[in-house]
Amino acid sequence: MDLFRWTIQEASAAFREGRCIPAELMASVNSRIEAVEDKIHAYVSVAGDAAVQQAASLSAGNEASPLWGVPIALKDNLATRGMRTTCSSKILESFCPPYDATVVSRLRGAGALFSGKTNLDEFAMGSSTETSYKGTTRNPWDLTRIPGGSSGGSAAAVAADACVAALGSDTGGSIRQPAAHCGIVGLKPTYGRVSRFGLVAFASSLEQIGPLTKDVTDAAILLKAIAGHDHRDSTSVNVPVPDYPSLLNGDVQDMRIGVPQEYLQVGVQREVREAIRNALDLLGAAGASIREISLPHTDYAVSTYYILATAEASSNLARYDGVKYGYRAEPVEDLLDMYRRSRAEGFGPEVKRRIMLGTYALSSGYYDAYYRKAQQVRTLIMRDFEAAFDVCDVLLAPTCPTTAFRIGEKVNDPLQMYLSDIYTISVNLAGIPGISIPCGFDGQGLPIGLQILGKHFDEATVLNAAYAYEQRTDWHGQRPAL
Amino acid sequence: MAYETIIGLEVHAQLKTRAKIFCSCSTEFGGPPNGHTCPVCLGMPGVLPVLNREVVNFVLKTGLALHCRINPFSRFARKNYFYPDLPKGYQISQYEHPLCEAGFLHIDLDGEQKRIGITRIHMEEDAGKNIHGEGSEPFSYVDLNRTGVPLMEIVSEPDMRSPREAAAYMRKLRTIVRYLDVCDGNMEQGSLRCDANVSLRRVGESAFGVRTELKNMNSFKHVEKALDYEVRRQARILDEGGSTVQETRLWDAERGVTVSMRGKEEAHDYRYFPDPDLVPLHVDAAWIDEIRATLPELPDEKMARFMTAYGLPRYDAEVLTVSRELSDYFEACNSVAQAPKVVSNWIMGDLLRECKGEDEALAQCPVNPDMLARMIQMIEQGTISGKIAKTVFGEMVKTGKTPEVIVKEKNLVQVTDEGTIAELVDRVIADHPEQVVQYRDGKEKVFGFLVGQVMKASRGKANPAVVNKLLKERL
Repeated sequence: MDLFRWTIQEASAAFREGRCIPAELMASVNSRIEAVEDKIHAYVSVAGDAAVQQAASLSAGNEASPLWGVPIALKDNLATRGMRTTCSSKILESFCPPYDATVVSRLRGAGALFSGKTNLDEFAMGSSTETSYKGTTRNPWDLTRIPGGSSGGSAAAVAADACVAALGSDTGGSIRQPAAHCGIVGLKPTYGRVSRFGLVAFASSLEQIGPLTKDVTDAAILLKAIAGHDHRDSTSVNVPVPDYPSLLNGDVQDMRIGVPQEYLQVGVQREVREAIRNALDLLGAAGASIREISLPHTDYAVSTYYILATAEASSNLARYDGVKYGYRAEPVEDLLDMYRRSRAEGFGPEVKRRIMLGTYALSSGYYDAYYRKAQQVRTLIMRDFEAAFDVCDVLLAPTCPTTAFRIGEKVNDPLQMYLSDIYTISVNLAGIPGISIPCGFDGQGLPIGLQILGKHFDEATVLNAAYAYEQRTDWHGQRPAL
Repeated sequence: MAYETIIGLEVHAQLKTRAKIFCSCSTEFGGPPNGHTCPVCLGMPGVLPVLNREVVNFVLKTGLALHCRINPFSRFARKNYFYPDLPKGYQISQYEHPLCEAGFLHIDLDGEQKRIGITRIHMEEDAGKNIHGEGSEPFSYVDLNRTGVPLMEIVSEPDMRSPREAAAYMRKLRTIVRYLDVCDGNMEQGSLRCDANVSLRRVGESAFGVRTELKNMNSFKHVEKALDYEVRRQARILDEGGSTVQETRLWDAERGVTVSMRGKEEAHDYRYFPDPDLVPLHVDAAWIDEIRATLPELPDEKMARFMTAYGLPRYDAEVLTVSRELSDYFEACNSVAQAPKVVSNWIMGDLLRECKGEDEALAQCPVNPDMLARMIQMIEQGTISGKIAKTVFGEMVKTGKTPEVIVKEKNLVQVTDEGTIAELVDRVIADHPEQVVQYRDGKEKVFGFLVGQVMKASRGKANPAVVNKLLKERL
């Protein structure tokens, strides 16, 4: 039996029943990484034998934790003490944080193991991992295609069984979109549900850390482990964390499901549209009531997002100046020369593009027209969702308009690239939770993602709707032939 | 041409909280370079600021003391610029929604009170320090110990009409923040810093002229000197038919001039925007009440009380209430001595001279309020003369001994016995026949000389009243 194919629940059960020990599973995952990494390039760095040794020395007594001994992959923008954290950028290529992200320390506390750090678009800016300084990750379902991004490494690693589960971060769809393209489950929690401490910031008001897993139950387990208030993150909210796994019952009787009409219009691939219709039929048959709703400000989401996200990024990335850590150009003439060249040489083109866009949007004389206006539109987009949730429990939509595109296809057309996030971006602007789960394949055998959105802090309902669908289908059990 | 001077001040006060504003590092001055730092104040990737509520408390205290409106909603903003001592590439400050607005304070000039408006008070973090080394191997180092030390910026209205008023405003502000114990008020060490906006306009005009911003004035004296210079500089330009330009100028204390640092065109675009890492700050009435209850008696109130309760002249009351330490000293001393004006004279005279007006020196002064009070009692009771008391005071400062011990050891008790003094008077009259004749011829001034001779003969111990009386009788 290939241990690496296990889900979190399977691994945990095997440990409890004494059928396997963590070191065996870790070794199995490592051998899988070795076998597939040449093809998919999901990892920026791997823990290797060190993780096996760590598995062997895991303190007993914590077996009750569902993550005890489970190998998890971490997106390389999550700070890990003593492990390099590069954000797939030249400017942080050798950066080794002296601290753990809160999610990382929570996983350590739960007895999880770390298989390595996964690839991402540089500083999470992208939808394909093509902007990574560390090379592009390939989609395990079709190695000529992108895995999605920015958490493309995490998604590909999970899809290829090169880890049991992974963490990613979602600023505009960066968990859900790669999960959809790789045929796995990806959950973006409510803004404030999970501490951002130790998540290297791209756009602080939009991003959340969340799980990428092989099924919905694993997502519920992993979310429970990382969620909850953290005194080190003022934007994390102090509300109780439900026991998500125990709330999964697959019952959607009388659940009110809304379908945003704006999300199924032009530009949606035919097979994607069909898969969503089928999913609606299935849930309707299971007892849910389906209704069309409208999110009238949807058209403004992408432009609003690219003003706010880049504005925050321009400021968040100012600290990479060659003074304290990270890449410094040498020799230099003077201070200004050091700044200019360190940043010119350390950042890739997409990061520079966004820094420039954001700097412009915040500039004196333009602030009102761009940043302030975008904040106002953001409020309108939030209200759209509030109105929808007055009459619905969850919303259902495609995760992406199309399945995974080819590597290089959109790399020179940033606008086309940005539009691939059109159905995920509003969710970050509104701060609500959303999940992507597998709901079929297109004619070329590429996975299609179904997105389910919920009210603020109502991940439980989102997970249960996803679980209900998963229970009645077997898309999640499909694995790419690698 | 006659001009009216318009001055507004922006004052940065370093707050005396134990921890920094967004992390728990110590705010202690000094320490090995980068010793008081952590990933948060070093601005490492992924870290987040968490507001220290003690900072809010300190600024609320100040806002209430300066009669400000406390905004129930305020928020932090990022001020973006590149500099090596600014590890995040932005300073967390407040911009559109400061904590306090629309307050005022009173300054006193030549007995006249004037109200100066406070536009706003906001919170922000301090930057670090760059250290440069010259020589064969020049270097530049960055010390981030000060990074994240809390500051409050107090912005005044352009209400001051002379450099003297500006200096008086600074002094009053210093007095208040020290009363509140939120800032140590030391300009030389930079815990209180001041930038000034200065412009001139023709008398009678209502529109403001073009202003310059003055920086680098690190003492009260320099604030006044720099402003004096700048006012004269601008007046000269205007007199010559020229016009002033909007710019930032540095005070060069050594040369006593202001020099242009950067013009309007080179001004930074700080690209302020709300900091998404910090949630808006909500201050409710309960919080404000809680802080209000901790406010001490403030200098204006205290001064009024000193005038009514102790019958002190306005000048005395003002001097004595310039710091909490000094007013406490006065009250402690007077509670024993029960002679307000005498106590006030001794404090304003000998004691302040001894301490050079510094509160630290006052705290360390060997003459505590009780000792001074007992010495004053000895004067009041006639045990020693006022003149001898000067000697006693000097001895107390030098040795820290009580006045009783000093008087006893040095045998300084006042002589009031008429018999003893009469002997001295007789001897002086005998020794100075010439002066006696002059006095009897109507030269009254000579009387003082004769008194002095008697006092000298008694080594200052004779009771001057008795000396006067006996001398008059015998002449």
